[in-house]
Amino acid sequence: MSILQLNNCTMRFGGLTAVSELNLSIPSDGLIGLIGPNGAGKTTVFNIITGVYQPTEGDIVFDGHSIVGEKPYEICQQGIARTFQNIRICKSLTVFETVQMALIKNLDYGFGQAAFSIGKYQSEEKRVRDTIMELLEIFELVGVVDNLSCSLPYGDQRRLEIVRALATGPRLLLLDEPAAGMNPSEKVALMELIKEVKEKFSVAVLLIEHDMRVVMGICRHIVVLDYGAQIAEGTPDEIQRDPKVIEAYLGETV
Amino acid sequence: MQVFSRHSRVVFLFSAVALAFIISLFESNFNAYYYQIIIYIGINVILASSLNLVNGFTGQFSLGHAGFMAVGAYTASVITSQLGATPGLMGSFIFLLALLSGGLVASFFGLLVGIPSLRLKGDYLAIVTLGFGEIIRVIIQNLDFLGGARGFTGIAKLSNFFWVFAVVAILLYLLSNLIRSTYGKGFLAVRDDEVAAEAMGINATRYKVTAFVAAAFFAGIAGGLYAHFVTYINPSQFSFVKSIEIVVMVIIGGMGHTVGVFISAVLLTVLPEALRPIAEYRMVIYSLALVVIMIARPQGLFGDGEFFRKLWRTITGKAKVSESKT
Repeated sequence: MSILQLNNCTMRFGGLTAVSELNLSIPSDGLIGLIGPNGAGKTTVFNIITGVYQPTEGDIVFDGHSIVGEKPYEICQQGIARTFQNIRICKSLTVFETVQMALIKNLDYGFGQAAFSIGKYQSEEKRVRDTIMELLEIFELVGVVDNLSCSLPYGDQRRLEIVRALATGPRLLLLDEPAAGMNPSEKVALMELIKEVKEKFSVAVLLIEHDMRVVMGICRHIVVLDYGAQIAEGTPDEIQRDPKVIEAYLGETV
Repeated sequence: MQVFSRHSRVVFLFSAVALAFIISLFESNFNAYYYQIIIYIGINVILASSLNLVNGFTGQFSLGHAGFMAVGAYTASVITSQLGATPGLMGSFIFLLALLSGGLVASFFGLLVGIPSLRLKGDYLAIVTLGFGEIIRVIIQNLDFLGGARGFTGIAKLSNFFWVFAVVAILLYLLSNLIRSTYGKGFLAVRDDEVAAEAMGINATRYKVTAFVAAAFFAGIAGGLYAHFVTYINPSQFSFVKSIEIVVMVIIGGMGHTVGVFISAVLLTVLPEALRPIAEYRMVIYSLALVVIMIARPQGLFGDGEFFRKLWRTITGKAKVSESKT
């Protein structure tokens, strides 16, 4: 049973085809790796899934219905959450508030009750606080709960972005180069973390990553893009032996 | 500012309103000149604090606040003069009604202006809101039943210390509740990174329009209070110069910092008056002060509030912001 399906998705920017006729199917318990050389269109795939761009052609089906044409926040509300390649953590928010903003979409009160602190305000605030502390506990960020997010070390900022994405309660998690800028031991810890998150929160994961050891280590299924088109897919072993993949990464043999 | 608990905020609200009422009983004893300045301080605090929700917390640069103030001022004045309100209990009731109507009509205009223009960002939004503010003013100038350019005369003097500072207290109470709530964090998220906010399920457009409409509501009320204090209004009082004056208060106070904006609204109302003895050099000094503040403290006098937070932590030894939330 696949939770997300891309059917013949094409994305053109003027004359440039960033993604061409891509078919992708992510099972609801999948951990799929999306790799490819720089400029292959990986992040564009994330952007068309999350509604930042509208695909020029093709259809995206999430959980049985098309999400093409919906706004990013609507897509998130249906259960797709993402992290960003260039960390997008709000500069004036603390760690606590960063996770808090992800819980707004499930709030059971609005402007009026917030301004007067009445109605469901009290109970909802308590629920939100408990949820945040619980999540930060799992990811070992409780110690820095009141620090500004941007003051955290790089690796922790990446983890915080994953926490924030998980706080929205997704069924599909899109991770855009989570290991970028991490040292080898942080990368090993991250691999464990991703596997753990997948089990604990029962989410499907689509992972963009340049670090082959990370991708090969945790994904059982990998899709390779080059110039926007899929050139291979399969298990890590198959991918490593695929001549097209080797060609895309290393160039043609003479 | 996470300084006050919810309970103490309610206490603050009621004691502030009560205090405003008690002080207003003695207002006939005040020096008329000082009294006038105090009222202007209150009105400017309302204007600057409400604009802070848009420019400071939500990060949308609006330059049309005086337009909404004009809408509120004229609406309230038409209502009180049509119903023939005079000072007294009945008049106060009509005045309350007029203020609320002024606020509502202003917020309706806020919605009208906000929905199309909040698609724009930064400088573009500033120009569009500036334009809308001027449109409102020019329309009023050409409406004969509002007195046109001659202005609207014979407004009953219904505003006093109590009305102005009760509104100040209520506004500050609502703002501080709003900003500390989980819902309110959405404004900050939209300001810091709209793309990230949307990706986390926050409807950024809705937040921006909400901030704009709420700010317009209070600008409208401030307009009503102003009109019923000076008893004569004309369109030139609500030109973009007034809008810029309010924006300056927000910037000097520190965008998105409630206490800072409050203090800067007080300072910038008093400063030009305090400088009156030096006559023609007055505005030079005033402008110089603004320039110096901006060079010395570009984040505003009170920045992001870190100053107060540190002060509070030093006083109480309490470090955990997130544990003093309710």
